[in-house]
Amino acid sequence: MNYPASYDVIVVGGGHAGAEAALASARTGAATLLLTDSLETLGQMSCNPAIGGIGKGHLVREIDALGGLMARAADQAGIQFRRLNASKGPAVRATRCQADRALYRRAVRGALEAQPGLSLFQQPVDDLVVGGGTVRGVVTRMGLRFHAPAVVLTVGTFLGGRIHVGRSSHAGGRAGDAPANALARRLRELPFHVDRLKTGTPPRLDGRSIDYSRLAVQPGDDPHPVFSFLGDPSSHPRQVCCHITHTNEHTHEIIREGLGDSPMFTGAIEGSGPRYCPSVEDKVVRFPDRASHQVFVEPEGLDVHEVYPNGISTSLPFEVQHRLVRSIRGLEAAHITRPGYAIEYDFLDPRDLELSLASRILAGLYLAGQINGTTGYEEAAAQGLIAGLNAARHSRGEAPWTPRRDQAYIGVLIDDLTTRGTREPYRMFTSRAEYRLQLREDNADLRLTPEGRRLGLVDDVRWAEFEARRSALERERSRLRASMIRPGRQRRRRQIEVLGHALENEVTAFDLLRRPEVGYAEVAALIGGGMERADVVEQLEIEARYAGYVERQQREIELSRRHEQTELPADLDYDAVPGLSNEVREKLVQARPATVAQAARIPGVTPAAVSLLLVHLKRRGAGLPRTASS
Amino acid sequence: MGIVRVSGPAAPRIAQAVLGGLPRPRLAVHRRFLDASGDALDDGVALYFPGPRSYTGEDVLELQGHGGPVVLDALLERCLALGARLARPGEFTQRAFLNGRLDLAQAEAVADLVASGSREAARAALRSLDGALSRRVGALTEALTDLRALVEAAIDFPDEELELLDDDRVAARIGELLERIGELKQQARRGRLVQEGMRVVLAGPPNVGKSSLLNHLAGHDAAIVTAVPGTTRDVLREHIQLDGLPLHLVDTAGLRQSPDAVEAEGVRRARREIETADRVLLMVEDHTAAAVLEGLLRALPEHARVTVLRNKVDLGGGAAGPVSGSDPPALRLSVLTGAGLTELREHLKQCAGYQGPARSGFSARRRHLEALERACAALGASARSPAGREPELLAEDLRQAQLALGEITGAVTTEDLLGRIFSSFCIGK
Repeated sequence: MNYPASYDVIVVGGGHAGAEAALASARTGAATLLLTDSLETLGQMSCNPAIGGIGKGHLVREIDALGGLMARAADQAGIQFRRLNASKGPAVRATRCQADRALYRRAVRGALEAQPGLSLFQQPVDDLVVGGGTVRGVVTRMGLRFHAPAVVLTVGTFLGGRIHVGRSSHAGGRAGDAPANALARRLRELPFHVDRLKTGTPPRLDGRSIDYSRLAVQPGDDPHPVFSFLGDPSSHPRQVCCHITHTNEHTHEIIREGLGDSPMFTGAIEGSGPRYCPSVEDKVVRFPDRASHQVFVEPEGLDVHEVYPNGISTSLPFEVQHRLVRSIRGLEAAHITRPGYAIEYDFLDPRDLELSLASRILAGLYLAGQINGTTGYEEAAAQGLIAGLNAARHSRGEAPWTPRRDQAYIGVLIDDLTTRGTREPYRMFTSRAEYRLQLREDNADLRLTPEGRRLGLVDDVRWAEFEARRSALERERSRLRASMIRPGRQRRRRQIEVLGHALENEVTAFDLLRRPEVGYAEVAALIGGGMERADVVEQLEIEARYAGYVERQQREIELSRRHEQTELPADLDYDAVPGLSNEVREKLVQARPATVAQAARIPGVTPAAVSLLLVHLKRRGAGLPRTASS
Repeated sequence: MGIVRVSGPAAPRIAQAVLGGLPRPRLAVHRRFLDASGDALDDGVALYFPGPRSYTGEDVLELQGHGGPVVLDALLERCLALGARLARPGEFTQRAFLNGRLDLAQAEAVADLVASGSREAARAALRSLDGALSRRVGALTEALTDLRALVEAAIDFPDEELELLDDDRVAARIGELLERIGELKQQARRGRLVQEGMRVVLAGPPNVGKSSLLNHLAGHDAAIVTAVPGTTRDVLREHIQLDGLPLHLVDTAGLRQSPDAVEAEGVRRARREIETADRVLLMVEDHTAAAVLEGLLRALPEHARVTVLRNKVDLGGGAAGPVSGSDPPALRLSVLTGAGLTELREHLKQCAGYQGPARSGFSARRRHLEALERACAALGASARSPAGREPELLAEDLRQAQLALGEITGAVTTEDLLGRIFSSFCIGK
């Protein structure tokens, strides 16, 4: 039957991508429906119970700056918070927390239920309603038809999942759940480019069977960091510690003996696993010189005994898992509560997507999360937010929005995926961002909240907080730029007192702050007055510290912006571009870059090919921005 | 005649600086071309075309000088110093096309031009018979990528038990890279000499035979040679080939203080030539006293690459040929009899690192040198970044260095970098 009400946007899946997609869509005012297999598992963390980390924490802050949920949910569910890279520069510092799975699910479900304009419905989706070359809705397992002009698919590991343990394998989504095979078959009928990826999890352990006295303790940071710009450490639940232990030669011996039955090595698994998150058997094989590998023993929650031994992901037979776990210091008597496994799943080549995350193959269809070849809750959530936003905008006939590479890690993520595709589960690293010094956790709001406000993603409360912070920052920044500090007989003594030496030339207070050895306190001592807000002071110090580098990067950005603004029409016939080599032509046809800059970033696309594209575009009469000077 | 063409928004500013004023649009005017201190580099015809009514559609300045690679080079340097950069192959035409100055019928031809331009660019990088330059830069890029992998891994994977970023060890590796780039720059400079020619300046007191040597090497009377001191009041140039090695010979006015204003101008120009020469041949008479020679050498710029030529050995009766163990190197010769001139030719070829047309090391163009310079500057900056405390700044400088090298051999992508990280370090919780 047809469901009586119709929606602007339907989101399929209630994981991290689905939750952000549904919330973003509804925030902008679109009537939104979230369909999930199970309302109990909304916001489920299917892998390790942690949010954030280097690059990932940056994504979480950006999601927050755009009014998204993840940071607030993590603040409510985090049971151990750390600031990674605290001893390094501000651009690469990142927040990470262990999260209580149950608290996290509760926070996500609470937010979804509290969102006006968003309805939830529990039913597996088996099919899409397609008509006139565009998606018109979805069909659930019991045959209910829901209609909407835009559908966001966020079906993650459920898609065509196959689980491997030792030599045995069976169809399955994340452990314990059924895979979304009906939908997977459906998608395989459409001309999507479908490929396989692989990932794995470690066996889970009962914490009561672990001898913690033999493990190193890893406490959280004090004071606790927070994720959300609106957050407060007082919202955190009770805090606990993580623990660290190591594998040893004996462990590696057990693993080597068991390799014959590993699906990784028997060839049962064809998908590629992530290089940065290898199974423990992979590590032992690829780095035979290492006598031990770290194992982080992470709590799954405050009310459960189960722990997640991060670092020993494996698909070895259970019997081998059992022995390898027990060979590890402190885990000699450990009881496995769930076996580790490897899972293979389908993903759809993200090069079939626009930057808006809209499918090029089926109009009105948006894809986000693991289905696009990414891994990680944060990567999924970031895509979900953008897909949900753009699905809602599509339903209203508005132009899509995606941040640029120089604007946000979210922009780097989506540009990388849609331009280059991926051969392994894609995870964010700061080294993927060429403008890393500008894409910081501390300024995510300054970079994105005004855009979020314009797009209808940011509510009045967040906007008021932001405006107060921004105006305080701007006032103090202008004051520092306008305040001249001069050398001189009378000022000499004070300068020596504060700086340790007297100034020889006149400088602005801001330029003085640029010197590595000078902080805001010294500058304020010389010019008087002072800023009360610690966050504003921190921001000014960071801006001053990076100013020279950021100015240089800004020039680089301006240069590439020209190409960024030169669009490649979706119907561009690359066969008609004279002079392109076959290799480059194939790459362009496959990647379908949206702009000349994207084309230039595709590996193998030469500067000469880019020139040819420009020439061809001009011949087609496409508008081009003026070129820069020689 | 030689033409320097400048296109882009900075063209009017450059016209102001070089010509002392903006010429009336589209009108050929005769002007002196000025250097940074306001002295004339050359004079000739200047044309200014404000955009969009110009060849490229942008503001365009054309300077048509008397030419000769040396003057042209100086003029080019002057424009570069004022903020211009060298055009890429076919870039003027490309810009003209992109700005809509060429009609659609010409599009096909332009496309070919752009393609052939870049083919030539690629050929230039790979010109030497064995691709030596790109291989060397490739090896350097490898070493740089290794270092970047180390730094990036320390940034992105702080929880892994990786090799710590030790300031001293990082500094040592950067130092090693700088040294290798330095060597490469030297070789590239030599390669450029082979490609673009070596600029040799004849200097020395009046009437020691500089102009005669010039004439001798050039094989005809380019300079007026008389026995009156101070005959050469200007800078004279000849372009010759020594077994295929291009030489730009510059004869300077005799170095002496002169009340004659014209000659004083000549002396000033001589100094400028000497400062930018690849090799200075300081000519004296063979019997010149050591103290006098010492004084002449001291008067030359400190970093000038000098060879002393002791002329007129025929008068004193000494043997012609290299003077062993002298620093700077010295040669006895007689321009009059021709004794020692063969040795001089050999010496010049040796200075250029020239091993004959078939076996030169590798070719390098000015833009290769520029890219190496930029890589050097970025690496130099990285050496000053505290690796342990602010690795993100070090990483940024290293990235800049790699971008510069990438202009010679092609870019290193993030994917390459991540691949290096994951194959070098065991990453992964």
